Amino acid sequence: MSNTKSWGNYPKVNAKTVIISETHRLKSFIKKEEEIIAYGNGRSYGDSAINDTIVCIKPKNYFLNFDDDLGLLHIQAGALLTEILEFSVPRGWFLKVTPGTKLITVGGAIASDVHGKNHHIEGCFSECVAMLNLLLPSGEIVSCSKTENIELFRATCGGMGLTGIILDAKIYLKKIESRFIKQKTIKTKNLKETFEAFEKYKNKPYSVAWIDCLAKNDKMGRSLLMVGDFTNDGRLDFIPKKKVNVPFFFPSFILNTLSVKIFNTFYYMKVKDGITEKLVDFETFFYPLDSINNWNRIYGRNGFIQYQFILPKRNSYEGLEEILKSIASSGKGSFLSVLKLYGKENGNFLSFPIEGYSLALDFKIEKGLFELLNKLDEIVVNRGGRIYLAKDARVAKDTFEKGYPKIEIFRNIRKKYKMNEKFNSIQSKRLGI
Amino acid sequence: MKNLTQFNLNDLVSKKEYVLIIGAKSDVAMAVARKYAKEGFNLYLASRNSDTLEEFASDLKLRYECHAQCLELDILDYSSHQFFYDQLKEEVIGVISAVGYLGDQKISEKEFMEASKLIDTNFTGIVSLFNIIALDFEQRKSGFICGISSVAGDRGRKKNYIYGAAKAALSTYLSGLRNRLFSSGVHVITVKPGFIATKMTEGLDLPKRLTGTPEQVASDIYNAQKKLTNVVYTIWIWRWIMLIIRNIPEWQFKKMNI
Repeated sequence: MSNTKSWGNYPKVNAKTVIISETHRLKSFIKKEEEIIAYGNGRSYGDSAINDTIVCIKPKNYFLNFDDDLGLLHIQAGALLTEILEFSVPRGWFLKVTPGTKLITVGGAIASDVHGKNHHIEGCFSECVAMLNLLLPSGEIVSCSKTENIELFRATCGGMGLTGIILDAKIYLKKIESRFIKQKTIKTKNLKETFEAFEKYKNKPYSVAWIDCLAKNDKMGRSLLMVGDFTNDGRLDFIPKKKVNVPFFFPSFILNTLSVKIFNTFYYMKVKDGITEKLVDFETFFYPLDSINNWNRIYGRNGFIQYQFILPKRNSYEGLEEILKSIASSGKGSFLSVLKLYGKENGNFLSFPIEGYSLALDFKIEKGLFELLNKLDEIVVNRGGRIYLAKDARVAKDTFEKGYPKIEIFRNIRKKYKMNEKFNSIQSKRLGI
Repeated sequence: MKNLTQFNLNDLVSKKEYVLIIGAKSDVAMAVARKYAKEGFNLYLASRNSDTLEEFASDLKLRYECHAQCLELDILDYSSHQFFYDQLKEEVIGVISAVGYLGDQKISEKEFMEASKLIDTNFTGIVSLFNIIALDFEQRKSGFICGISSVAGDRGRKKNYIYGAAKAALSTYLSGLRNRLFSSGVHVITVKPGFIATKMTEGLDLPKRLTGTPEQVASDIYNAQKKLTNVVYTIWIWRWIMLIIRNIPEWQFKKMNI
């Protein structure tokens, strides 16, 4: 038994963690145990990969095959995205879809159907999954793809590990001619300008905005929109960056309204007005926080919630206005606030993205936070939006259900294969998934 | 064009030097294999039963464009060791032993078979194989020999003194070997891991700050080989912990429960 936490350090659970890499051992393990959930590198924020018994499949990380004509990599589910990049970047290949950290497993990427700065063009991670092998509660292994066992594929991609254990997958990579990105930063003065900039640059392959969520009145919604694309200068060597470490949990008073306000103001001010351009390597562009080990400790021992929601495009502007107002007046600030315009929704039953604007905010756990978040939930749901399960640790069942109208299909699949009797997380029990 | 690059690649791979890893199925050995493959070496991976190792070897080949050949070796079958070493097609520039058996202290107190297995796996078998390799390296006047011992060999404790005694013997053996081979330019490394999170220690509640990973052991070994370090503790703090533990007077130590 050990104290197990996810990236948000909330909740903390005394769990039995078993590390297994061989498929035959996994098979006999799931027969033996009553209820389990697969765990990768512990980078989901909330309680989606936590339960009393956890099976960690991270050592199941073999590279099985690479077809360098198609850019198709067959890989076991425990491999980290960073392992893929170490292999692929020098060979001129990059992940088609990557989230803001490369320290997650392939299995986790599929289970959360993660997305990145290019969602508006390339969609979610499942778009690059040619097939995956899934271990069902019966011990049977089924191959799923967009053409074979389609229902299981749709349920597993974004299914938060609740359909079985993902063993391995074939994923498509994309060709690159440099490890550098030409990055353009557009400084906007308010929410209206931010939205206009997103629209203006929606043909750029990668885009994301940092938003100052504490700015009020006519400054509300001021942002730094970063857009970019790979260059073609032929430099493909991958020299992993030196890391710094947060050696201990910060005392929780360090992050307060004032300090976050000061940070946000400086962060915004240090960028020149208008448009600036520079060349950055892919690690700086995609994975800025990966260079700080244990960055989650800055929120203190009590942990934090990363609150991420998305609103349909037609309701995004008013919804965000309302939410930003609530946050700014609550004084509960977040210095890592990320806004992005997403592309079309896919057919998976529980994938998060829909076409519209998503905002992600970090809040340290403190008095009054959950009340604020409940209030925000209401605004989100009333405007047809939803909350991201990979980051959630606290949302209410009806909020979740309103946001994910395909939940009944998913529940029925779970029943059909008896997945609901074998694969559960604290989250799935909380939300009755 | 493709054939040409393929040809050059094979040519490049066959120019890489070989390192032999024994006890290759352990988590530490696998991390060591990945480290050396990444640093540009070809590998011989020896274990008692190599069938499940093939998948790992193909992972290495794919990731690092190296040769990785699996071989069977029973460390307790001493008479097979000379043949095992002679059959290696390419000369190896170094050998790393991750052979280890934690056993069961309680059983080893009552049944000599268990005690004997602990001693022979952790010590006698390695001596048998290393003697053969040492002779070869001594004649060639090059190479490195690395044995993974344990902090358990630094002082006998009631919890695991049979294992500890075997590891102490291994450390002493490696120290003597180092002394003998120094003038031949052969470097000998003794690795003393403290707690390492592996299959072998799964289920034990290890203190996080004192527990290393197989990857840390691997990079410590590689650095020790490059910098000609003699004795490495992983993680480093164990050097100081063991310094203290070794210096507790015996009259006090015998009453303790650590």
